[in-house]
Amino acid sequence: MSTAAGAPVRNTKVMSRFDLTSRLVAKLKHEEAVIGGIGNTNFDLWAAGHRPQNFYMLGSMGLGFPIALGVALAQPNRRVFGLEGDGSLLMQMGCLSTIAMLKPKNLTMIVMDNGIYQITGAQPTAAAAAADIVAIATASGLSNSAWAADEEDFERLVDQALSASDPTLIGVRIDDKPGVGATRRDPAQIRERFMLGLGVREAL
Amino acid sequence: MAPAGTPPVPQPAPEKSWHDVALQALKRNDIRLVPYVPDRILTTLIRNIHADPFFTTFPTAREEEAVGIVAGAWMAGMRGAVLMQTSGFATLPNVLASLAIPYQIPLIMFVSERGTLGEFNYGQSLVGRTMRPVLDSLAMEHHTCTRLDEFEFIADRSIKQAITTQAPVALILSPLLTGGKVFDK
Repeated sequence: MSTAAGAPVRNTKVMSRFDLTSRLVAKLKHEEAVIGGIGNTNFDLWAAGHRPQNFYMLGSMGLGFPIALGVALAQPNRRVFGLEGDGSLLMQMGCLSTIAMLKPKNLTMIVMDNGIYQITGAQPTAAAAAADIVAIATASGLSNSAWAADEEDFERLVDQALSASDPTLIGVRIDDKPGVGATRRDPAQIRERFMLGLGVREAL
Repeated sequence: MAPAGTPPVPQPAPEKSWHDVALQALKRNDIRLVPYVPDRILTTLIRNIHADPFFTTFPTAREEEAVGIVAGAWMAGMRGAVLMQTSGFATLPNVLASLAIPYQIPLIMFVSERGTLGEFNYGQSLVGRTMRPVLDSLAMEHHTCTRLDEFEFIADRSIKQAITTQAPVALILSPLLTGGKVFDK
């Protein structure tokens, strides 16, 4: 359903990325892996409190969900969350089809949609005008996709995802604020600590 | 069946093809995850990998997506390799420079080489020329595989080196090895 101007009608509350990320992290009790996409998405994951099972991207925009998919395929008994911005997802939309084809039941994708490239100066994304990312995900074959109406609905959707038998995508509308922290930009250490957190490595 | 009385003509053992060597090198090194963007040269290899339950293999929409997938899988304990052609490699410099190399991911790439030794598409010949300068500018390990008798050694050793040094490697499959793709219409 669209307005006359073509912009989608939205009944979803505009929320805070940091608040939602904190709510997600608070629910993770079983060493679930979390992949934070480039920029503010992983800054807020960092600010929500570092966990050994967090991975922070410093570049390779758009690969948050593919990296999360790789983790999910390698460790099917661990729940995996990918956090991406709408601009990042637009860059790698094909990954939704790949994930729908493979159906990893342990993968949840959360799209932080502010309709802008916040970190580069808040330029509007192409999707902001008329596209609906959850509808795109559904049409890609991810039938378990939904917008979170508000914070309570987000928590309910996360609870469902934690025991889902299909990949889940949760769209959240967020405000135009920057991330509240800044990830330490040490890629080798981020990778090594993540591997320790996933039980793949033992500490030197 | 030879007619009675005629001695059988001795036949040399059938030589393994390059794609058998590639598949066995992957298996020997426990590389189970093989996302790819297809290419005509890779058709038989892709078909055989699909037919072998040892592997988890599937197409991706873009080559960099496949790189992200094998990076995530490796960090979670599963080894992978990506199959692509030259034009696909040309889409990768950003992800090589911002993910595979700085995060020390042993990204293993098999790249079937277009653009040379009989190329018929001018665009392919141009994009093919960007590959080695990109690899060299990032100081990445790469080998151009031209001979069947060397291929097993190069593939096996390169995979082991990538894993032990946590550094990416590109194995370029030359038309001299694979026969390449030629203009036939």
